Formats: sequence, structure tokens, C-alpha cells
Amino acid sequence: MSKDAGGTVIGRSVPRLEDRPLLTGQGRFAANISFPGQLHMRVVRSAVAHGKLTGLDASAALNVPGVHAVWTAADVAHIPPIGFRLTGLTELEPYRQYVLARDRVRYVGEPVAAVFASDPYIAEDAADLVDVRTEDLPSIIDAAEQPGFYDDERRTEPAIIRKGYGDVDAAFAQAQHIVELELSIGRHSGVPIETRGVIATYDEERDVLAMYGAAKVPHWNRDSIAMMLGRKLETVQLFEGHVGGGFGIRGELYPEDLLACAAALKFRKPVKWIEDRREHLIAANHSRQQRHKIRAAVDDHGRILGLDDTFFHDNGAYMRTHAATVPDLAAAMLPGPYIVPAYRAHGHIRLTNKTPCGTYRAPGRYESTFVRERLMDAIAQRIQVDRLEIRRRNLIAKEQMPYDARTATLGTDIIYDSGDYAGLLRRVDRHYGLARAIARAEQRRSTGVLAGVGLAMFVEKSGLGPSDLVRITLHADGTTEVVTGSASVGQGMETAMAQICAGALGIDYATVRVIHGQTDRIERGGGAYASRVTVMTGEATHRAACDLRAKALAAAAPLMQTTPDRLTIAGGVITRVNGGASMPLAELARIVSLTGEGIFEYKHMVYPYGVHIAEVLVDAESGGVTVERYFVGYDIGRAVNPMLIEGQIAGGVAQGIGGALYEDFRYAENGEPLSVSFADYLMPTAHEIPRIELLLTEDAPSPLNSLGLKGAGEGGANAAGAAIASAVDDAIGLPGAITELPITPQRLKALLRGLPPH
Amino acid sequence: MKPAPFVRHAPKTLDEALKILAEVAPQDGRILAGGQSLVPVMAFRMARPAHLVDINEVAGLDKLAVEDGKLIVGARVRHATFHRPAAPGPLGALLAVVVRNIAHYPIRTRGTMCGSLANADPASEWCLTAATLGAQMVAKSASGERVIAADDFFEGIMSTALAEDELLAEVRLPLLPDGTKFGFNEFSRRAGDFAMSVALAVYEIKDGRIASPRLGVGGAEPHPRRIPEAEAALDGQAPGDMAFRAAAEAAAAAIDPLEDAQTDASYRRDLVRAVVRRALEASL
Ligand SMILES: Cc1cc2nc3c(=O)[nH]c(=O)nc-3n(C[C@H](O)[C@H](O)[C@H](O)COP(=O)(O)OP(=O)(O)OC[C@H]3O[C@@H](n4cnc5c(N)ncnc54)[C@H](O)[C@@H]3O)c2cc1C
Repeated sequence: MSKDAGGTVIGRSVPRLEDRPLLTGQGRFAANISFPGQLHMRVVRSAVAHGKLTGLDASAALNVPGVHAVWTAADVAHIPPIGFRLTGLTELEPYRQYVLARDRVRYVGEPVAAVFASDPYIAEDAADLVDVRTEDLPSIIDAAEQPGFYDDERRTEPAIIRKGYGDVDAAFAQAQHIVELELSIGRHSGVPIETRGVIATYDEERDVLAMYGAAKVPHWNRDSIAMMLGRKLETVQLFEGHVGGGFGIRGELYPEDLLACAAALKFRKPVKWIEDRREHLIAANHSRQQRHKIRAAVDDHGRILGLDDTFFHDNGAYMRTHAATVPDLAAAMLPGPYIVPAYRAHGHIRLTNKTPCGTYRAPGRYESTFVRERLMDAIAQRIQVDRLEIRRRNLIAKEQMPYDARTATLGTDIIYDSGDYAGLLRRVDRHYGLARAIARAEQRRSTGVLAGVGLAMFVEKSGLGPSDLVRITLHADGTTEVVTGSASVGQGMETAMAQICAGALGIDYATVRVIHGQTDRIERGGGAYASRVTVMTGEATHRAACDLRAKALAAAAPLMQTTPDRLTIAGGVITRVNGGASMPLAELARIVSLTGEGIFEYKHMVYPYGVHIAEVLVDAESGGVTVERYFVGYDIGRAVNPMLIEGQIAGGVAQGIGGALYEDFRYAENGEPLSVSFADYLMPTAHEIPRIELLLTEDAPSPLNSLGLKGAGEGGANAAGAAIASAVDDAIGLPGAITELPITPQRLKALLRGLPPH
Repeated sequence: MKPAPFVRHAPKTLDEALKILAEVAPQDGRILAGGQSLVPVMAFRMARPAHLVDINEVAGLDKLAVEDGKLIVGARVRHATFHRPAAPGPLGALLAVVVRNIAHYPIRTRGTMCGSLANADPASEWCLTAATLGAQMVAKSASGERVIAADDFFEGIMSTALAEDELLAEVRLPLLPDGTKFGFNEFSRRAGDFAMSVALAVYEIKDGRIASPRLGVGGAEPHPRRIPEAEAALDGQAPGDMAFRAAAEAAAAAIDPLEDAQTDASYRRDLVRAVVRRALEASL
């Protein structure tokens, strides 16, 4: 990569292009979209966690004035179960979800019927009258128990993820120390402020089914909807509007999307569905819940000889679009920034009678970073060295880059492209004054105040391929239009793409219009997930802009009586390098039509990395935890817009702290969900989250793309559970005490009393 | 999360309101005050009142005045009113401290003190305040008026002595003598949440010692109440750590703890011990 590819607009915290409509109340979210004559859909959901469907009587609902139809499984018998987008092992296929339950219900919240009515209130009144009869079956809510029966033939363990390399048994045979931990991560998920929504319309004249409210992966969803409803690709179009948060869960293909689309086709009327919050908390993907039993073989200096992890992944009642993605990532990325000569992970995918799961910001890594970093703290304790030193002794050295981690996930081998882990630790240590902070906490503890410092390190992944396509067109009015099949979930991708385009083209970023998430504007697109947009779409944008620049100069050269190499573009004006005549790009666009195209195809991911530091205060009387200070050191390779990255990191940390201290989808023994409103599912608020401090470094640009880019979406969440746990341990002076997230005050108080945790 | 169908009545006078209430109460007619507790449970369809008697336009219910040594708070007076001292002396200061712990500011601009008392959440700060200070509740119905003492008013979790056709028209809070000491503390997992335990301490100082102590605990039992064992531990003692710890121990031992998934009995006692001690410490 060339150091100044991208010009001066890259690397600057320029204001977001997205903000104007959002800040002036002009945002257009799913619920803002309506069509005349639309029907409102209300989904009837199972009230029991596990049961045989023995009957369903919709007659009372059908009698409510304003009710148009009530659908049950028979009405959607032609629709296959929703397929897998990633990590779709064949043995998982029998566990896919149909859009309406057929003969069993498997979680509270599972769609069993859909009511269509002229008004959302009427739809909800009528849905209450649908009588769903079930015969109770026993529920499984603990994924680590012996597997039970999923149906008459199948068990609740569809597959075991196996990863590893090297001779693990030999490592344990020669170990001086063996450190063993049992750790669990609670059940939480992305809870965007905008719930899900679908508005489906059918245009008979053009024979086009349109779906509004798309997000994240519009092209993949378009292809799937077309396939599932037996339509040609061109006759299904998806449109993304403003999206009020994605976090991995929003924009996946869900039963409600298919129901609304199928109904619009059947009734020849627009169909609108807006999820309510209670539904969201039981119907949209859950994530995270795992229990790990991990062992480390360690030598006398605390160096890891081998790791052996067995874990249980609670996937809820069905395998959704992500299939095995989360446990696969957890297993593949567990070794993190450390040298692990021998490694074995067995991830048991288990189905339970809970809401099905998908990915949530830093999927698999939030979990395995918690496990690995708890383990590093435990090794430090065993060897009696400090927590920094134990990490230094095990880090992969800069000289070993690129580093083959010898595992694979998402169809790619994990090869760390670049990184200076020890270098970042050094910079963070110096910048933050870590030694001072630790001493300060120790001093406070000597006065009876339970203050503690925790740290955690991690390697992130980003820029998942396989490819992205971008087209850039120069318009005669002076605007530049970037068309991408990628998506915006509020992260600021329009601004970042505009900056990359402007940098390569030599124009003002504010004149760039970025089109995303419209399947009728471009034939393919990867979408927005896995911290991929800035890397994949960014590189494609860079290439398209370079292509366009070359074309513009070639077209301008004869007009300006020179050769292209004597021309340059700055501030949207083509000028001769050695002075003289100039020509605005817009003028050229009036004469010739100018479009550049860029395709970026890449199999490998890029690997940013970071350090989290948390300082907490534990209230000995109540078991409450206050996060006093939170710091992230993160190497991004190359920052396109530091302000956007700061926002990504801060938001991620807040969600990570949520999972560490507050958020938990709890279930009663019988499978009844207990966290169905914001009174029970505790999201942290501005009161609970301190200002997030960030040291953003660019020490290890990626060699795999022209600008050196890596992603920023998930590094804030990744290590938060680990860092908070480490800090709480430190505060209460019981190393290794925290084995479970979230750390609730009741559990902590029990630890403080010296009793077994409740 | 859309409520089931209901009819909204919007009377302008108290008589009209009481008359409608008498008619609709047998068909699960309910009063709508600030709506901050009722509307959410209607959205969840956990409550499906067929009629709402909206009192937000009823004349006279916005009364806020001091009469006969008491602060009179009408049924339309919002929580947020108490951010500034609404009564002279220590009472106004006490209410201004307590109110900050109720929910979040936007909710406080709608929710009412009388609505909180009628709703009788075990962790309600106003219920605790009423129980600790010995408030009087003035209940009105089409058939008359009665005054109910706080001790007789709270009956259990979200249950009071109010009959279904009775409106809590006002609450009367006794003014506190100058020099009265008070302290408040609550524990919740997040700012603005209902307390998992909450305490209010009020006492006077006579000859350097605690006199007429009132120590109320909420969020720990079906309804807030004064804890005589803790008051006994304070009475006549010099205010300070020793007496406060003794009172906190006494309160933790005296309660019959409510249990839920995030709070077992021993943890509830821990929390009561903590909030009582801290409320007392805050009184200094
Ligand atoms: C997010 C959130 C957090 C909250 N946190 C707290 C908290 O920390 N502490 C706390 O105390 N409260 C909290 N609340 C509740 C809030 O204080 C309510 O305002 C209060 O409980 C009820 O008052 P209201 O005026 O809103 O009553 P409404 O919601 O209108 O009514 C509540 C009930 O009381 C009845 N009622 C109301 N007024 C009268 C009357 N004058 N006579 C007879 N019956 C009547 C109604 O019929 C209904 O059954 C919270 C609410 C929310 C939404």
C-alpha cells in the first residue's frame, strides 16, 4: 500500500453525511413507511416453551370486524424453512425453522399463526382470540445437561465443532502446571432502539415484490426470499431505509419477513409488520450463552504449552441463518494474541427451548475472549507473576507476522495479517499509566475501598469477503454517486465511503452520495456485518474511484490538449500539474458519461487487535459494581474517520459492559422467558457507562488492501466481559472468583460473604 | 403492545369524576392519573380496563397547599413538582431529596404522588415516605369521604384500602419541626430503576441524642413500613456509626424478606442493612 493513497480527507474526523435528516427529525425508519390500503400483520406466538400442537381455532379472530385473514402453517406449507447464510453444516439442516410452527412449538414466542387486519390494534385484539392448543412436552433450558430429544428421532445436539492442531495430550503430559476453569457467559443480544419491521408490497404491473425495512444483507435476503417464494430474482427487490441499530441481529432473514412478503403476494395488498418490544425480546435472535470447561498446560514460566477447551453453546430452539457461526468463531478465535503450540476445542451445539440464536457484535469472540483472558489471569496467579507480564510472555511477536493461527472459520484460514501486540501493550501501559492505576487501586483497597483494575487483550477479525462491487458515477450536477450493495446500520458507512471515494478522486467528500441497501441499483453486495464494510466496500470504493479518476483524466486529456499523466484532480477540478488550464469534473461529466467500477475479491480476513482496561468499584455492602473508568487501545491499521471509530468503540464497550454486568435473558425452569421488557432485561444507560477513553493506533496497517484498512465494529464489545471480570476480581481480592457473566450484585455479594454463589 | 379497547372518560369536575367512577368501577373502570404505571401494564395487556376515568382535567385536584401543619398534595400533582421545596422546613427538603430517586425525569413530569400511593408498589419512594411520616390519605367516592391513616392504607403488594369506586383525592403529609434530621438511601441496579431496597430515616435531636425516630423500609416486604426494632435501636442514642449499625442490623433481622430471581432472602437482608445504615449516615 502506498502511504498517501487516499489523500488528506482520509484520516480526518469529518462530520457524518448521514446526520442531517436524523438530527432534524427526517429519519425514515421502517415504521415511517406506509402504503394506502395496507394490511397490518400481528403474529400469534407460542405461549409454551415446548409442546405438541394439537389444534388451532381462529374462528373468533376471523369474526372481529376489520380482520382480513388468519394464516396457520397450512397457508404457508409451500414455504421451505429458512436457510443458512454462513457456516451451514448439513447436519444442522433438520433444525431449521419454518415460518410458522408445524406440529411442535419449541420456544415461547415461536410464530404459530399470523393475523392480517386493517389496523394494528384490531390485529392485536384478534390475535388474542386465536386459540392455540398444545400438549406440553418437557423443556430443556440448560445446554450443558445431557442432550434430550428434539423430535421423535433427533437429539438436541446436532453437531460438535472440532478445531485444533498439535499434540495436546503431549503438552499436558509435559506441563509443569495445569490450570483448569469452568466459565459461563450469559444470554444477551443486540437490542437496537428500532425494533424490526417489514413492509411488503406487490406491484402487479411490473410483477415486482418489494420489501422495505431491509437491513444488513439485502442482497442475500432478496435471493433467499425469491428462492423460498419461487420467484425470479429480478422480481423481488429489497429496500433499506434508515436503520436504528443492527448489531448483528437486525437484518437477518426471519419468519416475519417471509410471512409479510407471502401475504402481500397472496392478498395483492401492502402488508406491514412492526415488531413491538416484547416481541423483540423473545423473537429476534438471542446470542452469547455458552459454558466452557478449559484447561491450560503451562510451563514454569507461565508459557502456554497447550489449551484444551470443551464448551456448550446454547443455540435456542432452531438453527437460524447463522447456523454454526457463533460456536465456530468462538472455537477458531479462542487462542487470540498468544502463542498456543497445541490446541483442541470441542464446541457442542445444543438446542434448548429458548429463542433461537444468531450473531451479536463480536460473536464468539466476546465469549472466547472472556474465557481466554480469565485463563491468562488464572495462569498469572498460579505462576505468581503480574497480569501484564503473563501476557507479554505469551504474545505472538511482531516478527512472526503474518502468523498462521492454524484454525479456520467462515471458510477462511485464520492468518493474522499484521500486528504488534507487545507494542500496543507497551503504548497502552505508557499512555494510560497502568502501573500507577494498579498502585492507586491497591492503595484504595488498603483503606477498605474495593477498587480494582482489570485488563484483557484480544485479536479481532474484520473484512470478511468474498467480494464487494462498487460503481461510481460522476453526474453533470457535480455530485458523485457511489453505488454499493453494502448496507448501513447506522455506523457511518456513507461518510466513510464518501471519504475514501473523495480521497482517491480528488473531490470534496460532501459532494458524494452513497447509495446502499437497494437491490435494484446494483446486482450484488455483501452487506454490513463482521466489521467488513470499511475494508471490503472501502477497498472496492477505492478501486472504483481510481478507475473513475483514470477514465476522467483520459477523457479530459484531449480536451485540455495534454496527456493524462500531466493532469491531476483536486477539489473537484482537473488541472494540469504544471499549471495552466483547468476544468471542473462536473463540466467533463456534461460532455462524457463517466462511471468507474471496482471489485474487491479477497478470501482472507484482516485482524485488528486491542487492549481493554477497566477500573471498577465494588460496593461491599450491596455487591453493586460501578465502572469508574474504561479505556481501549485499538490498532485499526488505518483510520478513515477517527470520530466514527471512537463511536463504534464506545458503543461496543457499552454493550460489552451490558453483558458483563446487566443484560441477561433469563428463563424459568419451565422455559418461560423472564426478561420480556426493559424492566427485566437491563440495558445499561448513560448513568452506568463512563466516558470511554480510546487510544487509536495505526501501527499495523493491513498489507491485504491498498489503504491498510481494518474494521472497527466489534473491538469495543470484544473484551469488555473479560476486562470487567478481571477488574472485579482485583477489587474484591479474590483472583479467579468471577466465573460467570453477568456479574450480578446478588452473586457478587454471595462471593463477598464467602458463600457459594447463588 | 397495544392496549385492548377501552373507553376514556374525561370529567372536568370532581363530582362528575366520582359519579362516572361509581358507574364504571364494577366493569374494571380505573382512574388514569399520570399513566406511568397503568399505561405500560395496559400495553402489555396485563390490565384491560374497559373504562378509564382520566382525572387530568378535573378542577381542584392540582391542589398543593399547607393547611393545619400539613402539606396537602392533590391527585394531579406530579412528581417533578417536588424537585423544588414544596413545603416549608425539613419536609420540603426531604421530598426534594426523595423525588430524585423516582424513575427518570420525563416520567416524573407525568407521574403523580397520589398515583404512586394508589398503585402501592412495594418499592415506591412515595409509599415509603407516606408510611414513614404517617401521612393521611383522603379517599372520596360518590357516597362520601374518608381519611385513612398510612398504617391502614397499605395492605400488600400493589394493594391498598381504597375501594374500587374511591379516588385518592389528596394526601396530607405532616410538616416536620425545624431541626428534624432525615436521610434517604436506595439500592437499584441501574439509576432510575425501582429500588431493590430503600430506607428513609427521620428523627429529632434532643440533648445531643436521637429522639422520636422514624425508620421506614421499602422494597423489602409487600409494602413499606416503619421498623420498630430499628427505631428502638436509635431512640435515645447519640447519632453516629454505632447506633446506625445497630439499627441497620435490627432492620435486617426484623423484615420478612420478599424474594425474587435476583434477590434471595439473605441478599434482601444485606440490602436492607446497607440502605438503612446509609440513610442514617446521610442524615448527619
Ligand atoms: C421506567 C419507569 C420507572 C419507574 N420507576 C419508579 C421508581 O423508581 N419509583 C416509583 O415509585 N415509581 C416508579 N415508576 C412509576 C411512576 O412513579 C408512576 O408515576 C407511579 O407509580 C404511578 O403514578 P401515575 O400518576 O403515573 O399513575 P397511573 O399510572 O395513572 O395509575 C397507577 C394506578 O393507580 C391508580 N390511580 C392513579 N391515581 C389514582 C388516584 N388519585 N386515586 C385512586 N387510584 C389512582 C390507577 O387507576 C392505576 O391503577 C416508574 C415508571 C416507569 C415507567
